[in-house]
Amino acid sequence: MAARIEVEIPAGAAGEAVIHLAGDWTLGSGPPAGADALDSRLDGVARVGFSAAALGAWDSMLPVFLRALCRALAERGVVVDRSGLPEGAQRLLALADAVPARVGGRRDGAGQRFLERLGGDTLAFLATAGRMLAFLGDAVLALWALARGRARFRFRDFLAVVQEAGAEAFPIVSLISLLVGMILAFVGAVQLQLFGAELYVASLVGISMIRVMGAIMTGIIMAGRTGAAFAARLGTMQVNEEIDALRTLGISPMEFLVLPRLLALVLMLPLLCVYADVMGVLGGLLVAVGVLDISVAQYMAQTWASVRPQDLWIGLVHGVVFGVLVALAGCMHGMHCGRSASAVGDATTSAVVTGIVAIIVATAVITVVCNVLGV
Amino acid sequence: MGCPIIEFVDVHKSFRNQKVLDGLNLRIPRSKTTVIIGRSGGGKSVTLKHMIGLMRPDLGQILVDGEDIAALDGEDLDRIRRRFGMLFQEGALFDSLTVADNVGFPLVEHTALGREEIRRRVSELLRTVGLPGVEEKMPAELSGGMRKRVGLARALILEPEIVLFDEPTSGLDPIMADAIDRLIRDTQAESGRTYVVISHDIRATFEIAHHIAMLYEGRIIAEGSPDEIRRNPNPILAQFLRGTADGPIQVQ
Repeated sequence: MAARIEVEIPAGAAGEAVIHLAGDWTLGSGPPAGADALDSRLDGVARVGFSAAALGAWDSMLPVFLRALCRALAERGVVVDRSGLPEGAQRLLALADAVPARVGGRRDGAGQRFLERLGGDTLAFLATAGRMLAFLGDAVLALWALARGRARFRFRDFLAVVQEAGAEAFPIVSLISLLVGMILAFVGAVQLQLFGAELYVASLVGISMIRVMGAIMTGIIMAGRTGAAFAARLGTMQVNEEIDALRTLGISPMEFLVLPRLLALVLMLPLLCVYADVMGVLGGLLVAVGVLDISVAQYMAQTWASVRPQDLWIGLVHGVVFGVLVALAGCMHGMHCGRSASAVGDATTSAVVTGIVAIIVATAVITVVCNVLGV
Repeated sequence: MGCPIIEFVDVHKSFRNQKVLDGLNLRIPRSKTTVIIGRSGGGKSVTLKHMIGLMRPDLGQILVDGEDIAALDGEDLDRIRRRFGMLFQEGALFDSLTVADNVGFPLVEHTALGREEIRRRVSELLRTVGLPGVEEKMPAELSGGMRKRVGLARALILEPEIVLFDEPTSGLDPIMADAIDRLIRDTQAESGRTYVVISHDIRATFEIAHHIAMLYEGRIIAEGSPDEIRRNPNPILAQFLRGTADGPIQVQ
């Protein structure tokens, strides 16, 4: 039997009404009959009771409907007496009233509109960019303090980061650069063979590795290895309140934690770049000698003849810039980390993403500038 | 009360859209232990962090000996902070340093003392907090209570005028909690420094406090000596002291 709802106004009791619930109130049974007429029937009523004598089976549809009804009645100042309802429904209603809905727990069916989302994302991006600039400014101030010899800077910490970010990165930088050198040589050889110009593989590998690829590969490795480590370390210190503790001791975390990391990476990244260049050229050499029948002496002579000194300088400039970017991205996300374990994970991810994006953008900018300057 | 050492004047602070401090006025008396009580998440930690400049108010002044630290920056703020020591909730020890390096850290950074002298002072203070012989341990090897005591030693080593305690006994067993309370009471009585403790531990509060202030919904709703607080008829305070869920404070 379908759900029905009726209003009875007993004679003699002024302003009182009894709402009769009848039939099966289940989600499958459709909307209750008579619900439309409720409003007009309850006009002028001050007190409402319920009768569930004819009520059949019911599920969550009943409390949902009753809750909405009770609210609407309460808003009109009508007193609602729930004692006529089934006990289970009364308890569910009490529970629904006792626990307020979690703010933000409900998703709007329509979702945000495109423009709304675009605006929100733009504002969030601007906020991030602003924080980055502020962080950069603080870092410059800390550097200035260091230059005047007034920064709290522990040389021991600097050396620890040099070891961690520099010496310990050797194996992976060796492997990646060697392979990149070999890949460049292989891919280049296929094209150059068409013209019988295999020897120019040496120029191809030499110039591309030394001018940009060595630096980019090292930068990306460092973003994933050291930038992430910085973010995780500083983020954990933030969670443990260690950074607050430093501040309360009158020590600037910028000088004490960020400066040694920044300087160590700015020093180590270009050095690793040079090392990566050497490994890349070596990789190219292996392919040339092994596959293309070029002698070691020929290859080296060709490399020597085609790589200009400014290629090396430009490679080093890349390295220094990437060092600054990776260290700042790692430290910034670490310092701005929230106070939970998951926030540390987010900070680490953001540090790597920001680092790599910054590296690629910076490479594009440097390439354009070099092009304009004609070097 | 005499001249207060720290004074909050109409301090407002919001996070996102949530008001945490709503026109807070508070005076911390000099050379006494003041306990600020209130519900978890009621702005006690925020209040404490404002005292030492870890947070800045949206509005209002925080005067330390008459100087508004909300307006200070950089070295001026560091100068004021050197008058403070702070014990953090979980100790906030530097986990890459040994216990001795942690406790001695402020001395290394702020004084020109020699290594031997620093080691001597560190050992002495570690004995005072009841932890002799842990100098070479790492913070990760210590229990929660030990970490708090090491944190206390670090907070005290520069002999600051004002020491702030962020929930010194939360998360500890009752015996350890009592030991920390005693340590707070004894070191305060001995040194005559200003201690500010935030807590929701009623028993401990009455044991260590000279002055109690109750923070509720971003304001101080009652303050006074422990006896005055006990006699205060404020229903919110009474419910908090009774520690029941029924009353004007609604549990949400």
